Amino acid sequence: MSDHNEHHHHEETFITKYVFSTDHKMIAKQFLITAMVMGVIAIMMSVFFRLQLAWPAEGYPILETFLGKWAPDGVMDPNMYLALVTIHGTIMVFFVLTGGLSGTFFNLLIPFQIGARDMASGFINMLSYWFFFVSSVVMVISLFVTSGPAAAGWTIYPPLSALPQAMPGSGLGMTLWLVSMALFIVSALLGGLNYIVTILNLRTEGMSMTRLPLTMWAFLVTAILGVLSFPVLLSAALLLIFDRSFGTAFYLSDIMIQGEMLTQTGGSPVLFQHLFWFLGHPEVYIVLLPALGITSEVVSTNSRKPIFGYRAMVGSILAIGFLSFIVWGHHMFMTGMNPFLGSVFTFTTLLIAIPSAVKVFNYLTTLWKGNIQFTPAMLFSIGLVSTFISGGLTGLILGDSALDINVHDTYFVVAHFHIVMGLSAIFGMFAGIYHWFPKMYGKMMNKNLGYVHFWITFISAYGVFYPMHFIGMAGVPRRYYSNTAFPMFDGLVEINELVTVFAITGAIAQVFFFFNFFYSIYRGKDAPLNPWRSNTLEWTTPTHDRIHGNWPGEIPSVHRWAYDYSKPGADEDFVSQIVPLKEGEEEH
Amino acid sequence: MTTFLSFLIIALTIIGIVQIVRIIEIATKLKGPQEDITTDQDNHYNALTMLIVGLGFTAFVAYSFKLWGHLVLPDPASVHGEGIKLLWDTTMVLILITFFITQTLLFVFTYKYRGKKGKTALFQTHNNKLELLWTSVPAFVLTGLILFGLNTWNKTMVPDTSEAFVMEVYAQQFNWTARYAGEDNQLGKAHYTLIGGVNTLGVDITDSLSHDDKVVREIHLPVNQQVLMKFRSQDVIHSAYMPHFNVQMNCVPGMSTQFAFTPTKTTAEMRKDPEMIERMSLINEARAKRGDAPVEFDYVLLCNKICGSAHYNMQIKVIVETQEEYDAWLKEQDTFQTLVSAN
Repeated sequence: MSDHNEHHHHEETFITKYVFSTDHKMIAKQFLITAMVMGVIAIMMSVFFRLQLAWPAEGYPILETFLGKWAPDGVMDPNMYLALVTIHGTIMVFFVLTGGLSGTFFNLLIPFQIGARDMASGFINMLSYWFFFVSSVVMVISLFVTSGPAAAGWTIYPPLSALPQAMPGSGLGMTLWLVSMALFIVSALLGGLNYIVTILNLRTEGMSMTRLPLTMWAFLVTAILGVLSFPVLLSAALLLIFDRSFGTAFYLSDIMIQGEMLTQTGGSPVLFQHLFWFLGHPEVYIVLLPALGITSEVVSTNSRKPIFGYRAMVGSILAIGFLSFIVWGHHMFMTGMNPFLGSVFTFTTLLIAIPSAVKVFNYLTTLWKGNIQFTPAMLFSIGLVSTFISGGLTGLILGDSALDINVHDTYFVVAHFHIVMGLSAIFGMFAGIYHWFPKMYGKMMNKNLGYVHFWITFISAYGVFYPMHFIGMAGVPRRYYSNTAFPMFDGLVEINELVTVFAITGAIAQVFFFFNFFYSIYRGKDAPLNPWRSNTLEWTTPTHDRIHGNWPGEIPSVHRWAYDYSKPGADEDFVSQIVPLKEGEEEH
Repeated sequence: MTTFLSFLIIALTIIGIVQIVRIIEIATKLKGPQEDITTDQDNHYNALTMLIVGLGFTAFVAYSFKLWGHLVLPDPASVHGEGIKLLWDTTMVLILITFFITQTLLFVFTYKYRGKKGKTALFQTHNNKLELLWTSVPAFVLTGLILFGLNTWNKTMVPDTSEAFVMEVYAQQFNWTARYAGEDNQLGKAHYTLIGGVNTLGVDITDSLSHDDKVVREIHLPVNQQVLMKFRSQDVIHSAYMPHFNVQMNCVPGMSTQFAFTPTKTTAEMRKDPEMIERMSLINEARAKRGDAPVEFDYVLLCNKICGSAHYNMQIKVIVETQEEYDAWLKEQDTFQTLVSAN
């Protein structure tokens, strides 16, 4: 294992320390803050379109203030509605739950938990953040163009996204969306390669793969998924750019739009969907696995118990990672593809339930006979287990092609993926922030504010997404600007109002989090060295005198796995990974 | 003015929350030195809240089917839909059983094993027997579910269509058009370059099969007769969704897709169904509140793939009727040839 002893003691200027930093700890914070800003934008958008869905055609001055000409007299324009759902999805999936979640915790934790001085390449790591930053800026700029931001849904299916004649959002807004995503993918790939190389090569002495904390396993598999799947999205986006700007026909054929007969023939819009979902499905796990990794760590530490079935947990992460590449077609059951293909994808999709079930049972058993410490991080992790179950189970319906026929693209889907991927991942992210805030800033976050934040968020989250299953089972399609055009949906007014009330409550609850976060950076109490009495390596080095190199002296070597909690014969209810085995002590 | 007021309200709300937060802050500081690490008291109250909220939610899920059950679509009105319903119900029972067991365990465990000073957790790393059990049981159940699902899917998507009558549903921003094949039960060829004037679907008039085709703005289907519906799109991807029949298929430009099904209840029968009457009275109540005229039940085909600004209002009425009513209606419609020669 690598061991750089030489210490870089060069003077740091403001620019090299806070802006173009190559220190993984600073880069982690940069990712987090950027993602938080993007997250606020996406949350506000969701409140705007929920207002429209609950009380359509009613004027809201606030909408006119924010949306200007897209909400004359406060009534949202249908094109703006589609733009809002599109950008909300894009930001949440890519900028918050991929860039934000992975960028923050991979950078923060990988060098710390494997015992390395920094990432394999600090420079590439810095580039990864700055590509992410520029990509975020381009996405935000796209919100202000005259023809409006991209509005074809976050999946940007052509021809809708390819033809500016099809909708205003497919003009300059879509071009900027594609540019932003291309930059984002560069960032994800640079980051991903760095994460993989670092975990595989820079582990400290004694840190064998089987002693890696589960966070590291989850992050490693996530990084591999990203490196294998993001390039496919990049090629899909490039071909779309060609179709849009250079008259090619990869995705276009036989189209007559707004009275104009297009000359492109021979392409297939379904090709785009194959390419998109070849990334898109692994992407779901790119979002989810880090959250599960964080939860494994938080649940074990705060139950004061070893994670149950370490090897099974590693096995299920690998199985989920592998299966995620052969299930993409379940997003396309209704495209008219050969029904036999539908059968294959149903089979592979439902298989994912097995490793997922193993993970859930292992979490439950980890809690069993524990000594559970209800830190805010632990609450969010328990919340994650709950939402992972609730959302995962409805996957058995959507993944089953025959059942998908009648709920495909309805609110049932919206409910399913928001619970299993949105809520679980964001709960994992919150758990991570509360848990590692002391490591990031050397301060404690206020726990009572954390409790208030969790309880309102948890209740509102189910309040928003649970009723949506019924809206979906009533047959309401997603991405409808208003449900008033169909008498069959007129009975759903109240349930839609309920959802919106919870959505607004949940959005406001985040003020507690943001306040707590920024207040604690400056005014929080100093954190002890190891506040959660945890075993992993990041808690063995002081946070206060920040050093680029993580450990002041030698990098510690590792003698045991990360889960020796409440081990009989030990002096305390935790044994750090750096403590050698006692004489006669067996490794778990 | 209203803009200013709404900004003011938002600002005041945020200031209010911040003030409350600061009071909590100061109050906790006054209580003396306290680290932001959990105490037994925190564990107790959070565990209790978790138990109440968690089990409350689980109980609400059970109750919600009673509360909101009437909102869900009525039983499918098609032959294959009945098969899907059986699969749906089976899956739903399995899901709910798993949901209740796992969520209850989660919330009971978190409460029961809440942390106390001096308590020691059990050191337990794995248990091969248990793990084998909860890997193999889901695997076993899923095998059954997959086989059941695939069987239903194949019956639905690959049926025998030799006796079906053929028609086409054509999508464009933002409306639907239907074309019936006529006497010969074969649709005439069509190509997008032929679109123009009255020939909105680009039907090839030189193809004699097209002469008896009938282009209409309403879908009529004879009950208990299989229909093979073919789909085309003129511009972007649309999706033909008929929720009452459990039918959905994308309409993709440059490609032809299809779905065969047999409706089993006429529109008139549906309107007489007591459950439907109750449903419609609730709907009409809501419409009255909004000032809209009351309506009667109708089947509908709606667009279920984002297609542009009026996506939310892209629909065509579907009427299921007896064979005689259907024949009489179809007879009244002009053939494509008449339509073209009249213009």
